[in-house]
Amino acid sequence: MSPTDGAAQAAPHGAAAQARPVLSVRNLAKAFGSNVVLRDIDLDVRRGNVVALIGPSGSGKTTVLRSLNGLETPDAGTVTFAGPGTSAGPELALDFSAKVSKKEISDLRDRSAMVFQHYNLFPHMTVLQNVVEGPVQVQKRKRAEAVAEAEKLLARVGLADKRDAYPFELSGGQQQRVGIVRALALKPQLLLFDEPTSALDPELVGDVLGVIQELADEGWTMVIVTHELAFARQVADEVIFMDGGLVVERGPAAEVLRAPRQERTRQFVRRLLHEF
Amino acid sequence: MPLNWDLIWSSFGPIVTGAVTGTIPLTLASFAIGLALALLVALMRLSRNAVVSGLARFYVSVIRGTPLLVQLFVIFYGLPSLGVKLDPWPSAIIAFSLNIGGYAAEVIRAAILSVPKGQWEAGHTIGMSRGQSLRRIILPQAARVSVPPLSNTFISLVKDTSLASLILVTELFRNAQQIAAFSQEFMVLYLEAALVYWIICLALSSGQSVLEKRLDRYVAH
Repeated sequence: MSPTDGAAQAAPHGAAAQARPVLSVRNLAKAFGSNVVLRDIDLDVRRGNVVALIGPSGSGKTTVLRSLNGLETPDAGTVTFAGPGTSAGPELALDFSAKVSKKEISDLRDRSAMVFQHYNLFPHMTVLQNVVEGPVQVQKRKRAEAVAEAEKLLARVGLADKRDAYPFELSGGQQQRVGIVRALALKPQLLLFDEPTSALDPELVGDVLGVIQELADEGWTMVIVTHELAFARQVADEVIFMDGGLVVERGPAAEVLRAPRQERTRQFVRRLLHEF
Repeated sequence: MPLNWDLIWSSFGPIVTGAVTGTIPLTLASFAIGLALALLVALMRLSRNAVVSGLARFYVSVIRGTPLLVQLFVIFYGLPSLGVKLDPWPSAIIAFSLNIGGYAAEVIRAAILSVPKGQWEAGHTIGMSRGQSLRRIILPQAARVSVPPLSNTFISLVKDTSLASLILVTELFRNAQQIAAFSQEFMVLYLEAALVYWIICLALSSGQSVLEKRLDRYVAH
């Protein structure tokens, strides 16, 4: 399950790999009609790092995430993925100020995989079919090989015995773990999580967060939109606080969440931590 | 009124033959072609291109806004004046297919729209194109939703094929009519015809139940 298994993650976690970001976003902007959602977003994610996007609803954090996966098309800005290999692999650079082609969007999607708030599993497929659909149908890998890998991944998240179950037979926490495995099976350069625990019953949140923590420990590169500040503090290397389509504050998780410099961040963190 | 049992028994042969060699193949062929056409029209309706969706909308409007019998007559009796002469069978299949194409398109369009947007996005995030997502993710789910209304359309079609008797297609009802005219036993022959239609539709209804159960296996009850 380690990201170094994948061809897309072949680089060793050396100092050189650390220096160059896997993902660079510059001046990302997006409006839905007259509603400006992203004003000017910059973002760098280094290999093996975990970035948590926090902020009030409507701050644009989900739109950033969706833009990275080609589910939204920004109006302006650039998104650059480093070459997947050590140095030889091709870099992918998209400039949304110009018209981007379907091919470019498709290439962008190949670099990352999304875990959705509402899981979005395919209800007409079993757990195993959900997981191997991408590797077999899109990446054209051998079915037997994809199945073997999927079984290994399912076992890792404690769902080996659910391989032939349909999503409706699973709890929310189990469905979300399948959602995570479905993303992992694609061996993306970057994992994206869109409020992965917001739809879960409180007692199921821990299981899913535990899996994400393990992935972080294994060195997966991730961007997580979350309201779980305690979790963000624990798992994230960097926390970015967004509001009104702008980055208000960013820095190491401990700094931003324990001692925010901006008043707006302080208010938000205080309210969320004292909410319960 | 004494019942003419000899006639009742001897007329069942031609009526059932009419069903087997006329009504049933006509229904199956028209429904298959019509369904393919309907899928195309539904996708055109959902297109972001205004010309494409407008064209589909126009087609559906014409089909639903004119009687099936008139459509049948335009093709069989009308087209020859434009130099297009079609035999009864091709005329009937074209008319019924076009008709199904219009009605089923709306059913399929609604079924596609009923699949949550998140399913398209999940397809995209595992790298699928629009076409692939449609084929592998959206249509299988839309199929489940569209089975009951499409079964309705299918069962209506079985009965509507009786109109083909008016453009000389040898099918169930035309055979009944001919025997009725010859024997003057109208009530008996038309009730027999009705009975055979009913039996075909009963069979289709039970087929619908089986199909619905099969497609419901991945839904919570």
